[in-house]
Amino acid sequence: MLADALLLQLGYNATLVTLGAALLGMAAGVAGTFLFLRKRALVSDAISHATLPGVGLAFVLMVAMGGDGRWLPGLLLGAAVSATVGLLCVQWLTTRTRLGEDAAIGAILSVFFGLGIVILTVIQTMTAGRQAGLEGFLLGSTAGMLRSDAILLAVASAAVLGLVLILRRPLELAAFDPGYAEATGWSLGRIDLAMMGIVLVVTVVGLKVVGLILIVALLIVPAVTARFWTDRASHVVMIAGVVGGVSGYVGAATSAIAPALPTGPIVVLVGFALFAASLLLSPGRGVLASVLVHRRYQRRVHMRQGLLALAQGQPIFEALTRRLMHRAGLILPDGVATPEGQAAASKALLDETRWSIVRADQSFAAAAIRYDGLTPIEDVLTPDQLRDVDLRIAAPQVVP
Amino acid sequence: MTVTLVADRSTEAEATRIASPLAVRGLTVSYGQTPAIFSVDMTVRAGAMTAIVGPNGAGKSTLLKAALQVVKPLAGTVTVFGKPLAQMRDRIAYVPQRASVDWDFPTRVIDVVLMGMYRQLGLLGRVRAKHRAQAMDALSRVGMTDFATRQIGQLSGGQQQRVFLARALAQDADIYVLDEPFAGVDAATEKAIIAVLQDLRDTGRTVLAVHHDLVTVPDYFDDVVLLNTQVIAAGPVETVFTEANLQAAYGGRLTTARVDPESAAG
Repeated sequence: MLADALLLQLGYNATLVTLGAALLGMAAGVAGTFLFLRKRALVSDAISHATLPGVGLAFVLMVAMGGDGRWLPGLLLGAAVSATVGLLCVQWLTTRTRLGEDAAIGAILSVFFGLGIVILTVIQTMTAGRQAGLEGFLLGSTAGMLRSDAILLAVASAAVLGLVLILRRPLELAAFDPGYAEATGWSLGRIDLAMMGIVLVVTVVGLKVVGLILIVALLIVPAVTARFWTDRASHVVMIAGVVGGVSGYVGAATSAIAPALPTGPIVVLVGFALFAASLLLSPGRGVLASVLVHRRYQRRVHMRQGLLALAQGQPIFEALTRRLMHRAGLILPDGVATPEGQAAASKALLDETRWSIVRADQSFAAAAIRYDGLTPIEDVLTPDQLRDVDLRIAAPQVVP
Repeated sequence: MTVTLVADRSTEAEATRIASPLAVRGLTVSYGQTPAIFSVDMTVRAGAMTAIVGPNGAGKSTLLKAALQVVKPLAGTVTVFGKPLAQMRDRIAYVPQRASVDWDFPTRVIDVVLMGMYRQLGLLGRVRAKHRAQAMDALSRVGMTDFATRQIGQLSGGQQQRVFLARALAQDADIYVLDEPFAGVDAATEKAIIAVLQDLRDTGRTVLAVHHDLVTVPDYFDDVVLLNTQVIAAGPVETVFTEANLQAAYGGRLTTARVDPESAAG
């Protein structure tokens, strides 16, 4: 059943909705990347919570005008208006008062959400509101979406992707170095406005799919996940788009076979799975990689110290050092060096002596900065330079 | 350049201002109710290296930022060769303080240098081979060619500063404005940066830098602006960089500033 859903075998409508959700996920991942890089991720949480009163009021208004009240474009328009008001409130509080952005976000988010819940509760008691299904906006529900809804989703998402493509340079510059952006004549105010506009569109069209409580995850999780895999902003954007797209696709497909499950949490859990895998397995910034690198480095340090101790005829105290050297066949269990151990030890000592000459001589400054106590000096110096260094060791006063 | 708080409105002063690559008049910036800089007049001489010097909290960085309108001034005007700044943005290259950005940002050295050409490239212009060549040339001028594809977080402080300078060089501007270019960099980098700046001056460009090390001012710069919220003195180093003027700018803090150049930063 799930396989059918994932392979888009559940009919035309479900297919359309799934593809729409995938496109939305891509748009959210891409737009959210710049929000994340600009370190304003939580503003999107304020925006999404501020949509709720607008949804409720739009419903009331449409019913009062004799309509059905569930017309999605009307509800989304209401959401957009109240989200804009919420965003402007956050901006105003941040720039014109002494409140920090975090406090402003907290205040606006809770007040607007509270107001929205009150309005929804009132609607529940209205006769026309019985079947409203507005709770779907809280956690997302793709089950009842119409073909026209899916097309709206796809068009808006495509527009967002296009806009980000056009504005990628100013968005990147504003995120990395806002002062420089301003000094070179990009208006920071306008860039931020454009970014918030893009996030607003993603949030509003994403309401029905992911729900207002969890849309922040669709904006942020893909970017955070992508950051594990690359050190280039342009690649972060693309990977985030893929992660977001997969999350939206799987979430909507699962929802198609289990309509009782809210879509938002499934989308978020898929995104989280990708995040957790990246956190563990990323070769550069992952937890596993850094543990392995640290362990390998620690072993090299122990081996080196052990060899130097052998070369100078000192006992080896640390158990880890003895174990490593024994395993490598360099010492016997009682700590006495094997022939191989003796050879390796004198090689290490020679290396260290050569290094100390190189580091003391200003003319080797370029090579000296590569000293880390582990790198063999042959990797750094040319054979000619090495001969030069060895000549100085041969001079009687240098021999230890 | 004048020391008075009210701008000199004589025709001669007006002519110097029009010829100047960067002239500010009556510039005041305030965070809250206390002015960070107050009614600053500064006329930068073309083809010279000018240092802005002053004690901690004198408003040196603020003056630069306000002159480039990165910070919105409360009052005052800025002209570039006699024209409003907004029309002349592309003639100015700005090197912000190194500490002002997040160096864990996902970008490589070459990408940062290419940012210097974003104005020239516009929104959709493709980055072509000649742009890359221009960026690599800028990197080679600061001795960072080998680091082009490194992530910026892997660089030392001095290397980061060189990359910022390379980004400004890639802009190929007439005026180079630098905020504390020597703060926290190694001696080799300081030497490399000053060589690049002097080379810029010798090819007719204008350099304006916030500087915190009083000892090196006479060696590095032609002109100096002594700032302590207001302009205390401004003009050629030989005539303006005197014990009396320094005493006036630094007050009792001069001894500390001499002993520990770091304490004069900011």
